[in-house]
Amino acid sequence: MRSSQVLPENGPPRRARRALLSAAVLLLAWSAGGRSRAGYWGAGTAPLQAFFPTPGAGAARQATAKGAPAGELTISAAADLQFALRAVAEGFERKSGARVRLVLGSSGNLTEQIEHGAPYDLFFSADVEHPERLEREGLIVADSLFVYAEGHLVVFVPKGSPLDFGKQGLAALAEASVRKIAIANPRFAPYGRAAVEALEHAGLYPKLEPRLVLGEDVSQTTQFVVSGNAQAALTAESLMFAPGAQDRGRYWVVPPADYRPLAQAAAIVARSGKQPLARAFLAYLEAPAGQAVLARYGFARPEARR
Amino acid sequence: MNWEALALTLRLSLFTAAALLVLGLPLAYWIAFSQRRWKFVLQAATSLPLVMPPTVLGFYLLVAFGSSSPLGRLWTAWTGHTLAFTFAGLVVGSILYSLPFAVQPLVNSFLAIDPKLIDASRVLGASRLATFFRVILPLSASGAATAVALSFAHTFGEFGVVLMVGGDIPGVTRTVSIGVFDLVEAGNYAAANTTSLVLLGVSFAILVMVYGWNRGAWPRAPWA
Repeated sequence: MRSSQVLPENGPPRRARRALLSAAVLLLAWSAGGRSRAGYWGAGTAPLQAFFPTPGAGAARQATAKGAPAGELTISAAADLQFALRAVAEGFERKSGARVRLVLGSSGNLTEQIEHGAPYDLFFSADVEHPERLEREGLIVADSLFVYAEGHLVVFVPKGSPLDFGKQGLAALAEASVRKIAIANPRFAPYGRAAVEALEHAGLYPKLEPRLVLGEDVSQTTQFVVSGNAQAALTAESLMFAPGAQDRGRYWVVPPADYRPLAQAAAIVARSGKQPLARAFLAYLEAPAGQAVLARYGFARPEARR
Repeated sequence: MNWEALALTLRLSLFTAAALLVLGLPLAYWIAFSQRRWKFVLQAATSLPLVMPPTVLGFYLLVAFGSSSPLGRLWTAWTGHTLAFTFAGLVVGSILYSLPFAVQPLVNSFLAIDPKLIDASRVLGASRLATFFRVILPLSASGAATAVALSFAHTFGEFGVVLMVGGDIPGVTRTVSIGVFDLVEAGNYAAANTTSLVLLGVSFAILVMVYGWNRGAWPRAPWA
């Protein structure tokens, strides 16, 4: 008898079904309209184009762009490159007429994605180990792997923070006012690994471990401080040059001798159908213009090239 | 298998389901019996977590918990720490996230009660409160059980909100679903598989229980 209590059998379900059906019909009509109108309004201008991309649209854009190697490049990059690589990509877009799409994540996450056939042309890791793993698996173009920069670990604190790192170094994190310290997950994020090493080097790890909260990548780690939930973050120096970052807090560079160097490697993904364009991008990055941008975001030139 | 994470997730689901039963009963009562013209707005708000991405909820929670919001500052002044990265914070997030799963079955079972029974109780002199506890609630036992089971199960499988506000602390905020995510990210598929199978098994068992209960497949408790 009570089986009907949870879902009444009369009225409402039938009405709901009718509503669902009409919604589906509406959606279908709209999508069909979108398809036919995309051509009518011209490629790229119709907002519906974004929802229903036609295979020819990319090619059309390629043909109209000026400069030799045009096209679209999809780059997967470690989260610490969020601002630096975007700046490099803008320069490259102006020079080549190609378009660059950036996909950001932790190096471990992106490596997993490439192992499962993600359609990336280039992979910029925040370490060397992950690209090397892909190299062993034959998933990147042989000999395309190279170390493009060296990243730096910083402590990032909110603007009004009383911590004095200049005087105390990392030991300032042991102050009682620091309740939560955000680091990237050391199991798959290189900066998280470096953060643990730096804390261990300072002899602070056992004491501070209960205060650690893990971000999925350096972006989330930094954002835990920006949102006012953690009192400090061990994160990437390159994110400190983001627009508006200076208004939110200040940072102190952890002595690079305290952790294994964050050499960062890039490689061309073997499945990429745009290898010449990918090579052009790497060449641009290695040229003085690209290197200057990286330097502006706190990246050091790697000492030894592979 | 990470037993610490499993125990934590069960604890989180239990707390959330219990809190939602307490909060859900008055809310569902109001939605079911109020004559207010605009009550559908509240009904829509209650159902919001069904369609809203957990990241949106997580984002607003993170901002609300943080030192830039008055609410966050008040909580920090009171307890000495922020709600983010704590078990209590996860319970707050889970209550919001699983709200419709508790309220919807309750509203449905309240509405399925013969109004004559409620009227009779009132005419015979019982107060609204007495009518609720002696007529409405006993007749809605199956709906209440469904509400508890569904909010438990939904919290058990929660991911996005926990990822946004949890901070992945072992034993405190690393739930089973976050553990699976970590294992996959680290490339440890064997362990991810074991953990996922446990999650799948528990979730399936709960749903089998709910549907079995609603079909009357099992003997009922005397009060039901």
